[in-house]
Amino acid sequence: MATLSLSGVRKQFGTTPVLHGIDLDVADGEMIVVVGASGCGKSTLLRIVAGLETASAGSVRIDGRDVTGLEPADRDIAMVFQNYALYPHMTVFENMAYGLKIRGMKLPDIRRRVDEAAQMLEIGPLLDRKPRQLSGGQRQRVAMGRAVVREPKLFLFDEPLSNLDAKLRVQMRAEIRRLQKRLGVTSLFVTHDQVEAMTLGDRLVVMHQGRAAQVASPMEVWGRPADTYVAGFIGSPAMNFLAATLLEGGGAAMLRAGPVIGFARAVSAAAAGTAVTLGIRPEHVEPAEGGLPLAIDLVEPLGSETVIHGTLPGGEVLTARLPIPASGIGATMPLRLPPEAFHVFEGASGRRLD
Amino acid sequence: MQRKTIFPQKGLPYLLLAPQLAITAVFFFWPAGQAVWYAFLRQDAFGIRTQFVGFENFADLFADPYYLQAIWTTVFFSVSVTVLSMSVALLLAALADREIRAAGLYRTLLIWPYAIAPAIAAVLWLFLFHPSIGLLGRGLNAMGVAWDYRLNDGQAMLVVILASAWKQVSYNFIFFLAGLQAIPRAVLEAAAIDGARPIRRFWTVVFPLLSPTAFFLLVVNIVYAFFDTFGIIDALTKGGPGKATETLIYRAYLDGRVNLDLGMSAAQSVVLMIMVIGLTIVQFRFIERRVHY
Amino acid sequence: MQAAPPADRRRRRADLLTHIVLILGVLLFALPVWIVLMGSTHDGAAIGRGEVPLLPGAQGLDAYRRAWTEGAVGTTRVPVALMLWNSFVMAMLIALGKIAISLTSAYAVVFFRFPGRMLAFWAIFITLMLPVEVRIFPTFKVVSDLGMVNTYAGLIIPLIASATATLLFRQFFLTIPDEFVEAAKMDGAGPLRFFRDIVLPLSRTNMAALFVILFVYGWNQYLWPLLVTTSADVETIVIGIVKMIGTESNIDWSVVMATTVLALLPPIAVVVLMQRWFVQGLTDTEK
Repeated sequence: MATLSLSGVRKQFGTTPVLHGIDLDVADGEMIVVVGASGCGKSTLLRIVAGLETASAGSVRIDGRDVTGLEPADRDIAMVFQNYALYPHMTVFENMAYGLKIRGMKLPDIRRRVDEAAQMLEIGPLLDRKPRQLSGGQRQRVAMGRAVVREPKLFLFDEPLSNLDAKLRVQMRAEIRRLQKRLGVTSLFVTHDQVEAMTLGDRLVVMHQGRAAQVASPMEVWGRPADTYVAGFIGSPAMNFLAATLLEGGGAAMLRAGPVIGFARAVSAAAAGTAVTLGIRPEHVEPAEGGLPLAIDLVEPLGSETVIHGTLPGGEVLTARLPIPASGIGATMPLRLPPEAFHVFEGASGRRLD
Repeated sequence: MQRKTIFPQKGLPYLLLAPQLAITAVFFFWPAGQAVWYAFLRQDAFGIRTQFVGFENFADLFADPYYLQAIWTTVFFSVSVTVLSMSVALLLAALADREIRAAGLYRTLLIWPYAIAPAIAAVLWLFLFHPSIGLLGRGLNAMGVAWDYRLNDGQAMLVVILASAWKQVSYNFIFFLAGLQAIPRAVLEAAAIDGARPIRRFWTVVFPLLSPTAFFLLVVNIVYAFFDTFGIIDALTKGGPGKATETLIYRAYLDGRVNLDLGMSAAQSVVLMIMVIGLTIVQFRFIERRVHY
Repeated sequence: MQAAPPADRRRRRADLLTHIVLILGVLLFALPVWIVLMGSTHDGAAIGRGEVPLLPGAQGLDAYRRAWTEGAVGTTRVPVALMLWNSFVMAMLIALGKIAISLTSAYAVVFFRFPGRMLAFWAIFITLMLPVEVRIFPTFKVVSDLGMVNTYAGLIIPLIASATATLLFRQFFLTIPDEFVEAAKMDGAGPLRFFRDIVLPLSRTNMAALFVILFVYGWNQYLWPLLVTTSADVETIVIGIVKMIGTESNIDWSVVMATTVLALLPPIAVVVLMQRWFVQGLTDTEK
């Protein structure tokens, strides 16, 4: 168990910058999820922590020790790979024992540790099999087991669930969370899946174009996204964005077509007349008499709720998630946009203003 | 082994197969059958009468100390060529697979020798080891080593082994490199994280995963050393000095071409055929069993 | 300035060692060819006296001119131009012939069902175990009975059957999706049209790879041409060179070297120019 601290980590491949200076402090036993679209640099970041890539600048410290220049072998970490990367010519037992054997552990001790881990992961009966004789879910467990037996300072997960089918993914997700809490090993988990990120992480690092757009707890990322990218990335269906101009006092803004929208948290950081982007999540939109009329062009019934898509009089596209069945395509529905549900972002930079 | 959707025509497939089957029948099965048949016949000295002699040709063959010597020469030669050329190729492939600058250029520069004919390889080595015009041969003589592979048994063997192994390195290199590139990078990274240093990683992870390739190459190299090196031996030593570099194929050639002993030559062909069939069966057995690790 | 971290330093040292060994490996193959290349521009007599030149000489391309038109002294004096032509014809026809008959036989075995199908497949397959060398004299006898000694036909046809190429194409044809065949049938295309419009274009990479392998195979043949060709008109260059050095006395070494260079060029050019397909194809073929 250990802390992890990154400061100013940069990476360039040739002349292409991939990471622009990442700072991150991970507390002992914390589970950090690094989430972002493909190409955002999240995997590179993980590989730098693992020692599989060298950082172009900056430092990596594990438990206070600078490991920036060390080989993976000297970092005391374990990693679960996307396609598991099990040794195809070794049995499950040998796969799990390999790292311990290299570290010179005695065979009885190895056996004890592997048995313990195998029991915890319910793969005891599989120990004599080769990887090719296992199902995807079982391979996933073995990959976990290989990491667990090492009792490392740090667990690294590189999208370990993305090769599983939807049902198994949900199940393994819960299991990884339970295991990580139980063992209390500091972990870094990389994924592109926002649901995975929300459910697994103590804190999230939302990456965008090589930068950490926001580092915060899942609820804070959802409730107070730092910019329009984070706001649009986390949450499904994605947040609605409306272009508007800030009015005097910072408590309201005017849409292009004229309607004025008030919001609860007044903006003081920007002057009147500033172009802003107003964000509101589809689930916060309410049907209400006398609200803004939405011309519906698509209705998606999901059973317990209904998602409707349409356009406002000013031409803005809006999605709403309603707890009621909605009328059909072509109809117009009046909607209320509650002032307390609004997020206000600066139009040009996308930064949060309120 | 069979597609679901096929064409219904009945005559066309025979037409399509005809050229291949005709050539196979006339130039493979008919001569192979004849080889087997001749192996049991013996002609008198004037080539007039031919009689069936059963296994006598084979008995004579294996009673001939020179034939047994040729077997031993072939085994020694083949094992040396195989081991030498495979180990050099593996070393070069393992290095060319590393992420270094100009890796692609190195690969091209190590692949082109595939195009060199065995007989041409022999000519190239002649210019290195010929006692009076070869760069190294002259050097050795100047240093006081009595170097002449045309007179010295051991030196003759050494030169044909070196030339034969040299010619085969790039073939092995291509396969080893492909085998190395087929190993998922993540597996090697997992081993690195598990704490294995490069050398240990090579012997505990890379090499076991490469073993199907290595086994395949082992068989191919033995077959190469048995047959394809004929041109090298013919160009450099003609089996000599004495019979020092006379391999089984060279001996069969001498008996058929020079001594015109059809029965003995056919018996030797049969022995060689049995060896190739044996090797092929071993190979297919192995591939069946080991194709997935 | 901060000192490089130990892992970096170790990696750099390993990289350097890698470069050194690889360069040595490259030289191991390049040096013999370099000697021949340089030697071919020198005076043959000087080489005969043992002066091994490592730099270009004064004779320029004179040895090539002599080789090209006159051949070597002490031999039948076949001009190397003719040898090259013979080798080229042989390599080309073997490569194209093998590809053609293997394509059609694999197509028959994969896309049709007919009595004797498996028998035909095994008959082709089993020839893997009968390399030309082991059945050399009986094969020679067949060729001689057919009156094909000293002809291109005798040189080429017996080498044209190919189990390897047939197996490769069969393996590839099995991966062509059923939907293609079904779509072709719905479009009203018969088997020959499907072969020409779909199968051939899809097989282009495989054909290219096989072409390289088989061209080199044909060019490099030694034992078979040695037996089947005794006359100068069909002598191949590989045989020709070995005959040149076989005379032992009065050898014009610069002509031998020039001929060696000429013998090396075509197959090397084919391998290098088509390297991408070749490497892929070679490893596919033999697995």
